[in-house]
Amino acid sequence: MSSIMVSRIRQKQIAQMVASGKRLDGRGLNDYRPIKVETGIIEKAEGSSRVLLGKTEVVVGVKVEIGEPFPDRPNEGVFTVNSEFVPLASPEFEAGPPSEESIELARVVDRGIRESKAIDLEKLCLIPGRKVYVIFIDIYVLNHDGNLIDASSLAALAALLNTKIPVYIVEENEVKKTNNYIPLPIRNYPISITLANISDKLIVDPWLEEEEAMSARLTITFDNDGRISAIQKGGTGALTPQQIMEAAYIAKEKAEELRKMVVKN
Amino acid sequence: MSEKIRLINEDGLRVDGRRPRDLRSIKMEIGVLSNADGSAYIEQGRNKILAAVYGPREVHPRHLALPDRALLRCRYHMAPFSVEERKSPAPSRREIELSKVIKEALEPAIFLEKFPRTSIDIFIEVLQADGGTRCAGTTVAALALADAGIPMRDLVVACAAGKVDGVLVLDLNDIEDKEGEADVPVAYMPNLGLISLLQMDGSLTIEEFNQALNLAIEGCKQIYNLQREALRARYVTIKEDVEECLR
Repeated sequence: MSSIMVSRIRQKQIAQMVASGKRLDGRGLNDYRPIKVETGIIEKAEGSSRVLLGKTEVVVGVKVEIGEPFPDRPNEGVFTVNSEFVPLASPEFEAGPPSEESIELARVVDRGIRESKAIDLEKLCLIPGRKVYVIFIDIYVLNHDGNLIDASSLAALAALLNTKIPVYIVEENEVKKTNNYIPLPIRNYPISITLANISDKLIVDPWLEEEEAMSARLTITFDNDGRISAIQKGGTGALTPQQIMEAAYIAKEKAEELRKMVVKN
Repeated sequence: MSEKIRLINEDGLRVDGRRPRDLRSIKMEIGVLSNADGSAYIEQGRNKILAAVYGPREVHPRHLALPDRALLRCRYHMAPFSVEERKSPAPSRREIELSKVIKEALEPAIFLEKFPRTSIDIFIEVLQADGGTRCAGTTVAALALADAGIPMRDLVVACAAGKVDGVLVLDLNDIEDKEGEADVPVAYMPNLGLISLLQMDGSLTIEEFNQALNLAIEGCKQIYNLQREALRARYVTIKEDVEECLR
Protein backbone atom coordinates (compact mmCIF):
# COMPACT_ATOMS: atom_id res chain seq x y z
CA MET A 1 0.00 0.00 0.00
CA SER A 2 2.14 2.84 1.26
CA SER A 3 4.81 3.81 -1.15
CA ILE A 4 7.43 6.28 -0.07
CA MET A 5 5.92 8.83 -2.44
CA VAL A 6 4.84 11.11 0.37
CA SER A 7 7.64 11.75 2.80
CA ARG A 8 7.27 10.90 6.47
CA ILE A 9 7.62 14.57 7.35
CA ARG A 10 4.73 15.44 5.07
CA GLN A 11 2.59 12.63 6.47
CA LYS A 12 3.26 13.90 9.98
CA GLN A 13 2.37 17.43 8.93
CA ILE A 14 -0.93 16.21 7.45
CA ALA A 15 -1.70 14.25 10.62
CA GLN A 16 -0.97 17.24 12.85
CA MET A 17 -3.12 19.56 10.78
CA VAL A 18 -6.04 17.14 10.76
CA ALA A 19 -5.67 16.75 14.53
CA SER A 20 -6.26 20.49 14.84
CA GLY A 21 -9.22 20.36 12.46
CA LYS A 22 -7.49 21.67 9.33
CA ARG A 23 -6.29 20.26 6.03
CA LEU A 24 -3.25 21.04 3.93
CA ASP A 25 -5.32 22.14 0.96
CA GLY A 26 -7.49 24.45 3.05
CA ARG A 27 -10.62 22.29 3.00
CA GLY A 28 -12.79 21.66 6.04
CA LEU A 29 -12.81 18.07 7.33
CA ASN A 30 -16.18 17.39 5.68
CA ASP A 31 -15.58 19.19 2.38
CA TYR A 32 -15.24 17.52 -0.99
CA ARG A 33 -12.86 18.84 -3.60
CA PRO A 34 -14.55 20.59 -6.54
CA ILE A 35 -16.50 18.07 -8.60
CA LYS A 36 -17.14 18.29 -12.32
CA VAL A 37 -19.31 15.81 -14.16
CA GLU A 38 -19.55 15.60 -17.97
CA THR A 39 -21.52 13.02 -19.90
CA GLY A 40 -21.66 11.73 -23.44
CA ILE A 41 -17.97 12.29 -24.05
CA ILE A 42 -17.38 9.06 -26.00
CA GLU A 43 -19.75 8.84 -28.97
CA LYS A 44 -19.03 5.19 -29.72
CA ALA A 45 -20.04 4.09 -26.26
CA GLU A 46 -23.74 3.66 -25.45
CA GLY A 47 -23.11 5.77 -22.36
CA SER A 48 -20.13 7.64 -20.97
CA SER A 49 -18.98 10.20 -18.46
CA ARG A 50 -15.95 11.99 -17.16
CA VAL A 51 -15.67 12.97 -13.51
CA LEU A 52 -13.10 15.33 -12.09
CA LEU A 53 -12.75 15.22 -8.34
CA GLY A 54 -10.08 17.80 -7.70
CA LYS A 55 -7.25 16.45 -9.82
CA THR A 56 -8.53 12.88 -9.80
CA GLU A 57 -9.92 12.10 -13.21
CA VAL A 58 -12.01 9.09 -14.17
CA VAL A 59 -13.76 8.18 -17.40
CA VAL A 60 -16.48 5.55 -17.48
CA GLY A 61 -17.74 3.99 -20.70
CA VAL A 62 -20.80 1.78 -20.96
CA LYS A 63 -21.10 -0.77 -23.75
CA VAL A 64 -24.24 -2.78 -24.40
CA GLU A 65 -24.37 -6.22 -25.96
CA ILE A 66 -26.75 -9.14 -26.19
CA GLY A 67 -25.86 -12.28 -24.27
CA GLU A 68 -27.15 -15.07 -22.08
CA PRO A 69 -28.55 -14.50 -18.59
CA PHE A 70 -27.21 -16.25 -15.49
CA PRO A 71 -28.95 -19.64 -15.12
CA ASP A 72 -30.33 -18.69 -11.68
CA ARG A 73 -31.71 -15.36 -12.97
CA PRO A 74 -33.23 -16.23 -16.37
CA ASN A 75 -35.44 -13.14 -16.48
CA GLU A 76 -32.80 -10.54 -15.73
CA GLY A 77 -30.22 -8.68 -17.74
CA VAL A 78 -26.58 -8.81 -16.72
CA PHE A 79 -24.07 -6.12 -15.86
CA THR A 80 -20.39 -6.20 -14.99
CA VAL A 81 -18.04 -3.56 -13.65
CA ASN A 82 -14.40 -3.56 -14.56
CA SER A 83 -11.66 -1.08 -13.80
CA GLU A 84 -8.35 -0.28 -15.39
CA PHE A 85 -5.56 1.59 -13.65
CA VAL A 86 -3.93 2.74 -16.86
CA PRO A 87 -0.21 3.41 -16.46
CA LEU A 88 -0.52 7.00 -17.66
CA ALA A 89 -2.56 7.86 -14.54
CA SER A 90 0.14 7.51 -11.91
CA PRO A 91 3.81 6.59 -11.56
CA GLU A 92 2.58 3.74 -9.34
CA PHE A 93 0.39 2.09 -11.96
CA GLU A 94 1.88 -0.59 -14.14
CA ALA A 95 0.55 -2.31 -17.20
CA GLY A 96 -0.35 -5.96 -16.76
CA PRO A 97 -2.92 -7.95 -14.84
CA PRO A 98 -5.25 -5.89 -12.62
CA SER A 99 -3.93 -5.08 -9.14
CA GLU A 100 -5.74 -5.87 -5.89
CA GLU A 101 -6.68 -2.20 -5.63
CA SER A 102 -8.19 -2.14 -9.09
CA ILE A 103 -10.25 -5.27 -8.44
CA GLU A 104 -11.43 -3.89 -5.11
CA LEU A 105 -12.44 -0.61 -6.76
CA ALA A 106 -14.51 -2.36 -9.43
CA ARG A 107 -16.16 -4.63 -6.88
CA VAL A 108 -17.08 -1.79 -4.53
CA VAL A 109 -18.64 0.18 -7.40
CA ASP A 110 -20.40 -2.99 -8.57
CA ARG A 111 -21.81 -3.64 -5.10
CA GLY A 112 -23.25 -0.13 -4.84
CA ILE A 113 -25.06 -0.47 -8.17
CA ARG A 114 -26.16 -4.07 -7.56
CA GLU A 115 -27.36 -3.78 -3.97
CA SER A 116 -29.27 -0.54 -4.53
CA LYS A 117 -30.87 -2.23 -7.58
CA ALA A 118 -29.93 0.85 -9.59
CA ILE A 119 -30.40 -0.84 -12.96
CA ASP A 120 -33.84 -2.34 -13.56
CA LEU A 121 -32.47 -5.68 -14.75
CA GLU A 122 -35.90 -7.26 -15.27
CA LYS A 123 -36.56 -4.78 -18.05
CA LEU A 124 -33.39 -5.97 -19.79
CA CYS A 125 -34.68 -9.44 -20.62
CA LEU A 126 -35.56 -10.16 -24.27
CA ILE A 127 -36.08 -13.95 -24.34
CA PRO A 128 -36.17 -15.48 -20.84
CA GLY A 129 -33.24 -17.81 -20.24
CA ARG A 130 -31.72 -17.08 -23.63
CA LYS A 131 -31.28 -13.48 -24.65
CA VAL A 132 -30.79 -10.49 -22.39
CA TYR A 133 -28.98 -7.18 -22.50
CA VAL A 134 -25.45 -7.29 -21.08
CA ILE A 135 -24.20 -3.97 -19.76
CA PHE A 136 -20.43 -3.52 -19.48
CA ILE A 137 -19.36 -0.68 -17.20
CA ASP A 138 -15.68 0.07 -17.66
CA ILE A 139 -13.90 2.42 -15.28
CA TYR A 140 -10.84 4.08 -16.71
CA VAL A 141 -8.69 5.96 -14.19
CA LEU A 142 -6.85 8.72 -16.06
CA ASN A 143 -5.28 10.63 -13.19
CA HIS A 144 -4.89 9.33 -9.65
CA ASP A 145 -5.00 11.99 -7.00
CA GLY A 146 -6.86 10.04 -4.33
CA ASN A 147 -10.37 8.78 -3.59
CA LEU A 148 -10.79 6.76 -6.76
CA ILE A 149 -13.81 4.95 -5.29
CA ASP A 150 -16.03 8.02 -4.99
CA ALA A 151 -14.93 9.45 -8.33
CA SER A 152 -15.53 6.10 -10.04
CA SER A 153 -18.94 5.40 -8.54
CA LEU A 154 -20.06 8.91 -9.37
CA ALA A 155 -18.79 8.49 -12.92
CA ALA A 156 -20.42 5.06 -13.23
CA LEU A 157 -23.80 6.47 -12.17
CA ALA A 158 -23.45 9.46 -14.51
CA ALA A 159 -22.56 7.14 -17.39
CA LEU A 160 -25.50 4.83 -16.67
CA LEU A 161 -27.88 7.79 -16.64
CA ASN A 162 -26.42 8.78 -19.99
CA THR A 163 -26.77 5.30 -21.51
CA LYS A 164 -29.13 4.58 -24.39
CA ILE A 165 -29.76 0.97 -25.27
CA PRO A 166 -30.74 -0.19 -28.77
CA VAL A 167 -34.28 -1.50 -29.11
CA TYR A 168 -34.54 -5.13 -30.23
CA ILE A 169 -37.59 -6.88 -31.63
CA VAL A 170 -38.18 -10.52 -30.86
CA GLU A 171 -39.14 -12.57 -33.92
CA GLU A 172 -39.54 -16.34 -33.86
CA ASN A 173 -37.29 -16.74 -30.86
CA GLU A 174 -34.58 -14.56 -32.36
CA VAL A 175 -33.76 -10.93 -31.62
CA LYS A 176 -33.32 -8.27 -34.27
CA LYS A 177 -31.71 -4.91 -33.66
CA THR A 178 -33.63 -1.81 -34.71
CA ASN A 179 -32.35 1.70 -35.21
CA ASN A 180 -34.21 3.02 -32.19
CA TYR A 181 -32.66 3.68 -28.83
CA ILE A 182 -34.23 4.06 -25.39
CA PRO A 183 -32.68 5.18 -22.10
CA LEU A 184 -31.29 2.42 -19.87
CA PRO A 185 -33.93 1.83 -17.14
CA ILE A 186 -32.47 3.27 -13.92
CA ARG A 187 -34.48 3.20 -10.72
CA ASN A 188 -31.98 4.13 -8.01
CA TYR A 189 -29.03 6.48 -7.65
CA PRO A 190 -26.38 5.00 -5.38
CA ILE A 191 -23.75 7.44 -4.12
CA SER A 192 -20.64 6.32 -2.31
CA ILE A 193 -18.87 8.49 0.23
CA THR A 194 -15.36 7.75 1.43
CA LEU A 195 -13.92 8.94 4.72
CA ALA A 196 -10.39 8.51 6.01
CA ASN A 197 -9.18 8.15 9.57
CA ILE A 198 -6.21 10.40 10.25
CA SER A 199 -5.12 11.19 13.82
CA ASP A 200 -8.36 9.56 15.00
CA LYS A 201 -10.37 12.17 13.14
CA LEU A 202 -12.56 11.50 10.14
CA ILE A 203 -12.07 13.45 6.95
CA VAL A 204 -14.16 13.21 3.83
CA ASP A 205 -12.75 12.70 0.30
CA PRO A 206 -9.05 12.04 1.07
CA TRP A 207 -6.70 13.11 -1.70
CA LEU A 208 -3.54 11.20 -2.56
CA GLU A 209 -1.28 12.56 0.19
CA GLU A 210 -3.99 12.11 2.79
CA GLU A 211 -4.44 8.52 1.63
CA GLU A 212 -0.76 7.95 2.33
CA ALA A 213 -1.17 9.42 5.80
CA MET A 214 -4.44 7.70 6.74
CA SER A 215 -4.65 4.59 8.88
CA ALA A 216 -7.95 3.37 7.46
CA ARG A 217 -10.72 4.40 5.12
CA LEU A 218 -14.39 3.66 5.07
CA THR A 219 -16.64 3.82 2.01
CA ILE A 220 -20.40 3.88 2.57
CA THR A 221 -22.85 3.78 -0.33
CA PHE A 222 -26.32 5.23 0.14
CA ASP A 223 -29.35 4.75 -2.08
CA ASN A 224 -32.14 7.26 -2.84
CA ASP A 225 -34.05 6.47 0.33
CA GLY A 226 -31.07 7.10 2.57
CA ARG A 227 -30.51 3.41 3.16
CA ILE A 228 -27.03 1.89 3.17
CA SER A 229 -26.41 -0.41 0.19
CA ALA A 230 -22.75 -1.19 0.62
CA ILE A 231 -19.81 -0.62 2.94
CA GLN A 232 -16.12 -1.27 2.49
CA LYS A 233 -13.37 -0.64 5.00
CA GLY A 234 -9.92 -0.35 3.53
CA GLY A 235 -6.41 0.40 4.68
CA THR A 236 -4.23 -1.28 7.26
CA GLY A 237 -5.60 0.44 10.36
CA ALA A 238 -8.73 -0.03 12.43
CA LEU A 239 -11.75 2.01 13.52
CA THR A 240 -13.85 2.17 16.66
CA PRO A 241 -17.56 1.35 16.42
CA GLN A 242 -18.27 4.99 17.39
CA GLN A 243 -16.16 6.26 14.49
CA ILE A 244 -18.02 3.98 12.11
CA MET A 245 -21.41 5.30 13.17
CA GLU A 246 -20.15 8.89 13.04
CA ALA A 247 -18.92 8.18 9.50
CA ALA A 248 -22.32 6.78 8.54
CA TYR A 249 -24.13 9.96 9.58
CA ILE A 250 -21.64 12.24 7.82
CA ALA A 251 -21.78 10.07 4.70
CA LYS A 252 -25.57 10.12 4.58
CA GLU A 253 -25.61 13.90 4.48
CA LYS A 254 -22.80 14.08 1.92
CA ALA A 255 -24.49 11.51 -0.32
CA GLU A 256 -27.55 13.76 -0.67
CA GLU A 257 -25.29 16.64 -1.65
CA LEU A 258 -23.38 14.67 -4.26
CA ARG A 259 -26.47 13.03 -5.74
CA LYS A 260 -27.73 16.44 -6.84
CA MET A 261 -24.61 16.84 -8.97
CA VAL A 262 -25.36 13.83 -11.19
CA VAL A 263 -29.10 13.50 -10.98
CA LYS A 264 -30.65 16.57 -12.51
CA ASN A 265 -34.42 17.20 -12.13
CA MET B 1 -38.03 -13.80 -7.68
CA SER B 2 -41.22 -15.87 -7.72
CA GLU B 3 -40.83 -18.71 -5.19
CA LYS B 4 -39.14 -16.90 -2.33
CA ILE B 5 -37.55 -19.23 0.18
CA ARG B 6 -38.64 -18.72 3.79
CA LEU B 7 -35.60 -18.17 5.94
CA ILE B 8 -37.38 -17.76 9.29
CA ASN B 9 -40.22 -20.17 10.17
CA GLU B 10 -43.36 -19.62 12.29
CA ASP B 11 -41.43 -20.45 15.45
CA GLY B 12 -38.83 -17.82 14.64
CA LEU B 13 -36.19 -20.43 13.84
CA ARG B 14 -33.73 -20.28 10.97
CA VAL B 15 -33.23 -22.79 8.12
CA ASP B 16 -30.66 -24.70 10.18
CA GLY B 17 -32.78 -24.59 13.34
CA ARG B 18 -30.87 -21.81 15.06
CA ARG B 19 -32.44 -18.87 16.84
CA PRO B 20 -31.61 -15.46 15.31
CA ARG B 21 -28.77 -14.66 17.70
CA ASP B 22 -27.14 -18.11 17.76
CA LEU B 23 -23.74 -18.89 16.33
CA ARG B 24 -23.20 -22.10 14.41
CA SER B 25 -21.24 -24.80 16.23
CA ILE B 26 -17.54 -24.00 16.09
CA LYS B 27 -14.51 -26.25 16.45
CA MET B 28 -10.95 -24.97 16.35
CA GLU B 29 -7.61 -26.73 16.39
CA ILE B 30 -4.12 -25.25 16.42
CA GLY B 31 -0.85 -26.64 15.08
CA VAL B 32 -2.31 -28.98 12.48
CA LEU B 33 0.38 -28.75 9.77
CA SER B 34 3.96 -29.73 10.53
CA ASN B 35 5.70 -27.77 7.75
CA ALA B 36 4.15 -24.39 8.52
CA ASP B 37 5.54 -22.06 11.18
CA GLY B 38 2.01 -21.73 12.45
CA SER B 39 -1.27 -23.34 11.48
CA ALA B 40 -4.86 -23.72 12.55
CA TYR B 41 -8.10 -25.33 11.44
CA ILE B 42 -11.67 -24.23 11.98
CA GLU B 43 -15.06 -25.78 11.45
CA GLN B 44 -17.90 -23.32 11.72
CA GLY B 45 -21.17 -24.94 10.75
CA ARG B 46 -20.28 -26.70 7.50
CA ASN B 47 -17.32 -24.42 6.80
CA LYS B 48 -14.00 -26.22 6.94
CA ILE B 49 -11.01 -23.93 6.66
CA LEU B 50 -7.25 -24.34 7.09
CA ALA B 51 -4.80 -21.52 7.66
CA ALA B 52 -1.01 -21.61 7.62
CA VAL B 53 1.59 -18.95 8.34
CA TYR B 54 5.13 -18.93 7.02
CA GLY B 55 7.53 -16.37 8.38
CA PRO B 56 9.02 -14.05 9.29
CA ARG B 57 11.21 -15.20 6.41
CA GLU B 58 13.24 -13.81 3.53
CA VAL B 59 11.11 -11.94 0.99
CA HIS B 60 10.70 -13.31 -2.51
CA PRO B 61 10.94 -11.47 -4.82
CA ARG B 62 13.55 -9.48 -2.97
CA HIS B 63 12.62 -5.99 -4.18
CA LEU B 64 9.33 -6.18 -2.32
CA ALA B 65 11.10 -6.08 1.05
CA LEU B 66 10.30 -3.08 3.22
CA PRO B 67 13.11 -1.29 5.06
CA ASP B 68 11.18 -0.61 8.25
CA ARG B 69 8.78 -3.52 8.71
CA ALA B 70 7.73 -6.93 7.56
CA LEU B 71 5.71 -7.37 4.39
CA LEU B 72 2.41 -9.03 5.20
CA ARG B 73 0.85 -11.10 2.44
CA CYS B 74 -2.34 -13.05 2.47
CA ARG B 75 -3.90 -15.49 0.06
CA TYR B 76 -7.50 -16.55 0.55
CA HIS B 77 -8.31 -19.43 -1.73
CA MET B 78 -11.20 -21.82 -2.19
CA ALA B 79 -10.66 -25.44 -3.13
CA PRO B 80 -12.39 -26.48 -6.39
CA PHE B 81 -14.50 -28.99 -4.45
CA SER B 82 -15.48 -26.58 -1.67
CA VAL B 83 -18.74 -25.49 -3.28
CA GLU B 84 -21.73 -27.05 -5.04
CA GLU B 85 -20.48 -26.44 -8.58
CA ARG B 86 -16.77 -26.95 -9.10
CA LYS B 87 -14.88 -23.70 -8.75
CA SER B 88 -11.97 -23.06 -11.06
CA PRO B 89 -8.77 -23.15 -9.00
CA ALA B 90 -7.55 -19.89 -10.58
CA PRO B 91 -8.05 -17.03 -8.12
CA SER B 92 -11.31 -15.23 -8.86
CA ARG B 93 -11.84 -11.50 -8.46
CA ARG B 94 -13.77 -12.24 -5.29
CA GLU B 95 -10.87 -14.20 -3.82
CA ILE B 96 -8.42 -11.44 -4.69
CA GLU B 97 -10.62 -8.85 -2.96
CA LEU B 98 -11.07 -11.07 0.10
CA SER B 99 -7.32 -11.71 0.32
CA LYS B 100 -6.89 -7.94 0.49
CA VAL B 101 -9.54 -7.24 3.11
CA ILE B 102 -8.42 -10.17 5.31
CA LYS B 103 -4.84 -8.97 5.13
CA GLU B 104 -5.98 -5.50 6.16
CA ALA B 105 -8.03 -7.02 8.98
CA LEU B 106 -5.00 -8.81 10.45
CA GLU B 107 -2.35 -6.17 9.78
CA PRO B 108 -3.25 -3.72 12.59
CA ALA B 109 -2.82 -6.53 15.14
CA ILE B 110 0.72 -7.54 14.13
CA PHE B 111 3.96 -5.88 15.28
CA LEU B 112 5.33 -5.82 11.73
CA GLU B 113 7.98 -3.26 12.68
CA LYS B 114 9.76 -5.97 14.70
CA PHE B 115 10.77 -7.82 11.52
CA PRO B 116 12.03 -5.40 8.88
CA ARG B 117 12.99 -6.81 5.45
CA THR B 118 11.10 -10.04 6.01
CA SER B 119 7.77 -11.35 4.88
CA ILE B 120 4.97 -12.99 6.79
CA ASP B 121 2.79 -15.04 4.49
CA ILE B 122 -0.69 -16.18 5.41
CA PHE B 123 -2.43 -18.88 3.40
CA ILE B 124 -6.10 -19.57 3.92
CA GLU B 125 -7.56 -22.60 2.16
CA VAL B 126 -11.31 -23.06 2.22
CA LEU B 127 -11.91 -26.81 1.97
CA GLN B 128 -15.66 -26.52 2.29
CA ALA B 129 -17.66 -23.31 2.14
CA ASP B 130 -21.05 -22.60 3.67
CA GLY B 131 -21.23 -18.84 4.03
CA GLY B 132 -19.12 -16.57 6.18
CA THR B 133 -15.80 -17.94 4.97
CA ARG B 134 -14.06 -14.56 5.04
CA CYS B 135 -14.92 -14.26 8.72
CA ALA B 136 -14.03 -17.83 9.68
CA GLY B 137 -10.89 -17.45 7.53
CA THR B 138 -9.86 -14.34 9.45
CA THR B 139 -10.53 -16.01 12.82
CA VAL B 140 -8.45 -19.07 11.90
CA ALA B 141 -5.64 -17.00 10.33
CA ALA B 142 -5.25 -15.05 13.58
CA LEU B 143 -4.81 -18.37 15.41
CA ALA B 144 -2.20 -19.52 12.89
CA LEU B 145 -0.31 -16.23 13.44
CA ALA B 146 -0.39 -16.78 17.19
CA ASP B 147 0.78 -20.38 16.68
CA ALA B 148 3.70 -19.08 14.59
CA GLY B 149 4.73 -17.03 17.62
CA ILE B 150 4.34 -13.73 15.84
CA PRO B 151 3.94 -10.91 18.36
CA MET B 152 0.50 -9.37 18.20
CA ARG B 153 -1.30 -6.50 19.91
CA ASP B 154 -4.47 -8.53 20.11
CA LEU B 155 -6.15 -11.49 18.50
CA VAL B 156 -8.43 -10.79 15.56
CA VAL B 157 -11.80 -12.46 15.42
CA ALA B 158 -14.50 -12.09 12.80
CA CYS B 159 -18.19 -12.74 12.53
CA ALA B 160 -21.03 -11.53 10.34
CA ALA B 161 -24.46 -10.27 11.24
CA GLY B 162 -27.25 -9.51 8.82
CA LYS B 163 -30.93 -9.34 8.11
CA VAL B 164 -33.04 -12.20 6.77
CA ASP B 165 -36.83 -12.10 6.37
CA GLY B 166 -36.78 -8.80 8.26
CA VAL B 167 -35.03 -10.32 11.30
CA LEU B 168 -31.59 -9.38 12.56
CA VAL B 169 -29.46 -12.54 12.67
CA LEU B 170 -25.95 -13.57 13.68
CA ASP B 171 -23.44 -15.67 11.72
CA LEU B 172 -25.22 -16.11 8.39
CA ASN B 173 -24.91 -19.36 6.50
CA ASP B 174 -24.69 -19.64 2.72
CA ILE B 175 -28.41 -19.53 1.93
CA GLU B 176 -29.06 -16.69 4.38
CA ASP B 177 -26.20 -14.75 2.82
CA LYS B 178 -27.52 -15.29 -0.71
CA GLU B 179 -31.25 -14.88 -0.11
CA GLY B 180 -31.23 -12.49 2.85
CA GLU B 181 -31.59 -8.72 2.80
CA ALA B 182 -28.17 -7.77 4.14
CA ASP B 183 -24.84 -9.17 5.28
CA VAL B 184 -22.35 -7.29 7.48
CA PRO B 185 -19.03 -9.10 8.03
CA VAL B 186 -16.96 -7.59 10.85
CA ALA B 187 -13.47 -8.32 12.19
CA TYR B 188 -12.79 -7.15 15.70
CA MET B 189 -9.85 -6.84 18.07
CA PRO B 190 -11.57 -7.57 21.38
CA ASN B 191 -9.07 -6.05 23.82
CA LEU B 192 -8.49 -2.92 21.78
CA GLY B 193 -12.17 -2.54 20.88
CA LEU B 194 -11.27 -1.82 17.26
CA ILE B 195 -12.83 -2.95 14.01
CA SER B 196 -10.37 -3.96 11.31
CA LEU B 197 -12.68 -5.42 8.68
CA LEU B 198 -16.06 -4.07 7.78
CA GLN B 199 -18.10 -4.70 4.68
CA MET B 200 -21.75 -4.68 3.90
CA ASP B 201 -24.03 -5.51 1.06
CA GLY B 202 -27.79 -5.40 0.93
CA SER B 203 -30.07 -2.70 2.22
CA LEU B 204 -30.21 -1.39 5.79
CA THR B 205 -31.14 1.88 7.45
CA ILE B 206 -28.43 3.49 9.55
CA GLU B 207 -30.22 2.31 12.71
CA GLU B 208 -30.47 -1.28 11.44
CA PHE B 209 -26.81 -1.17 10.46
CA ASN B 210 -25.89 0.00 13.96
CA GLN B 211 -27.78 -2.97 15.45
CA ALA B 212 -26.15 -5.40 13.02
CA LEU B 213 -22.70 -4.00 13.83
CA ASN B 214 -23.28 -4.41 17.57
CA LEU B 215 -24.63 -7.93 17.11
CA ALA B 216 -21.60 -8.89 15.01
CA ILE B 217 -19.32 -7.55 17.76
CA GLU B 218 -21.21 -9.68 20.31
CA GLY B 219 -20.65 -12.71 18.06
CA CYS B 220 -16.95 -11.85 17.79
CA LYS B 221 -16.65 -11.76 21.58
CA GLN B 222 -18.18 -15.24 21.85
CA ILE B 223 -15.85 -16.65 19.19
CA TYR B 224 -12.92 -14.93 20.89
CA ASN B 225 -13.50 -17.08 23.99
CA LEU B 226 -13.31 -20.19 21.80
CA GLN B 227 -10.10 -18.90 20.23
CA ARG B 228 -8.53 -18.51 23.66
CA GLU B 229 -9.65 -21.98 24.70
CA ALA B 230 -8.13 -23.45 21.53
CA LEU B 231 -4.83 -21.68 22.18
CA ARG B 232 -4.80 -22.84 25.78
CA ALA B 233 -5.53 -26.43 24.73
CA ARG B 234 -2.61 -26.27 22.32
CA TYR B 235 -0.21 -25.09 25.01
CA VAL B 236 -1.34 -27.76 27.41
CA THR B 237 -0.40 -30.45 24.87
CA ILE B 238 2.93 -28.73 24.15
CA LYS B 239 3.67 -28.61 27.87
CA GLU B 240 2.83 -32.31 28.22
CA ASP B 241 5.10 -33.14 25.29
CA VAL B 242 7.97 -31.23 26.85
CA GLU B 243 7.46 -32.95 30.20
CA GLU B 244 7.39 -36.29 28.40
CA CYS B 245 10.79 -35.54 26.87
CA LEU B 246 12.28 -34.47 30.19
CA ARG B 247 11.17 -37.61 31.93
